[in-house]
Amino acid sequence: MKRIRRFIPGVDRQLLIKDAAKLMPKPSRRAFLRGGASLGALTFLTGCDIVDGVSAEKVLRKISHFNDGAQAWLFNPNKFAPVYPESAITKPFPFNAYYQEDEAPEVDPATFQLEVGGLIDNKEPWSLKRLYALQQESQVTRLICVEGWSAIGKWTGVRLSEFLRRLGADTRARYVWFQCAEGYSNTIDMATALHPQTQLSFKFADEILPRKYGFPMKCRMPTKLGFKNPKHVIGMHVTNKDLGGYWEDQGYNWFSGL
Amino acid sequence: MLFGKLERMASIDAAAVTPEPAIIHPYWVRITHWLNALAVVVMIGSGWEIYNASPLFPFTFPKSITLGGWLAGALLWHFAAMWLLAINGLIYLTLGFVTGRFRRKLWPIRPSEVIADTRAALTFRLSHDDLSIYNAVQRLLYAGVIVAGVVIVLSGLAMWKPVQLQELAALFGGYEASRYVHFFAMAAIVGFLVIHVILAIVVPRSLRAMIAGR
Repeated sequence: MKRIRRFIPGVDRQLLIKDAAKLMPKPSRRAFLRGGASLGALTFLTGCDIVDGVSAEKVLRKISHFNDGAQAWLFNPNKFAPVYPESAITKPFPFNAYYQEDEAPEVDPATFQLEVGGLIDNKEPWSLKRLYALQQESQVTRLICVEGWSAIGKWTGVRLSEFLRRLGADTRARYVWFQCAEGYSNTIDMATALHPQTQLSFKFADEILPRKYGFPMKCRMPTKLGFKNPKHVIGMHVTNKDLGGYWEDQGYNWFSGL
Repeated sequence: MLFGKLERMASIDAAAVTPEPAIIHPYWVRITHWLNALAVVVMIGSGWEIYNASPLFPFTFPKSITLGGWLAGALLWHFAAMWLLAINGLIYLTLGFVTGRFRRKLWPIRPSEVIADTRAALTFRLSHDDLSIYNAVQRLLYAGVIVAGVVIVLSGLAMWKPVQLQELAALFGGYEASRYVHFFAMAAIVGFLVIHVILAIVVPRSLRAMIAGR
């Protein structure tokens, strides 16, 4: 487990502040609940100060955890996300991240190796050449962002379930954890990892995945919100421990299934 | 014996002199009404903050009237209050049909009466003497907001689970169309709330009835 710990990145304050400009005014991050009129009315009704953000946040996170269970229950491993004709592809496909486009991590294809670990038999890292040699398939699916917008794109790569099989992964384990080049990370449930449309994508729109969309690879899962689809994947672990994730740790729902 | 009879007669007389007004809203209506009010305020406040993260139209809601502080906070509120809204709403709908309240209070809705009552309302000649009987405009608005409530929950489910519930999403025209349906259902409910709250203030007896039952 020590190995895994070493991988868990600290939250980069600089990056966080940059994103804040758009979505997340920094002072309000802690004051989760300071609402305004609607919340003011609520406080007035109950006669107590529920702007005691910490305890309210605790309750809300508990319900969010309950919602993880409800979503896992609702998840049908045989249900496919709708697929679209190539004519429906969104052009240009939006760039979205917690950093600017020119700040996207640069990974050297020549030296890159995908690190694999945890409950698997073959822990040998994978070069891009070996990864590209795997049998690939394409999907045209809708990416839905937690912000609400959506866009249709075409991704090509190897099924994650097939890749896990090659690793000799214990698929009875509960989670797969992804580590990304710039410090992003997230953990997904095994049921989603084994879904036929969950893909380690090497290409976008028939071309080698561009830097802005997650070179060298993205884990594409059309059954989860966009932020659960990690870009710039450089490491992967099969684990029974929920290792959290960049946004999940800050309050986004963990399961975030569609 | 005789004494008892006299006493009973006396009490009947007393009741006749100061009749206890009939219950307008039974317990279940009042409880589900106020739980719904709480759920709706939280859902709208957090929904506005969620809308702001990716607006459908060239405007956003002022931060001072949204709930949650930022997107994740708003989502936590929204997906917590949805349980209250849905479960409470389901109980209300079931009892409304089973007890016959919907049929008695909200039916029929005749266009000619709606037009006549709207005219009367706009010229301040619509009577609210008997709170237990809804005029045609009230029937239309109360039935309408129930329909909007059903639509907002279903379109919300379609947006939340556009893969698992893709048949439902397709019914609204897909994921993106569901967002618009959800928004317009919210707008309809907010429009209703403005009228509803103003009239409750104008006719305070109606507010008392929703608290005390009569």
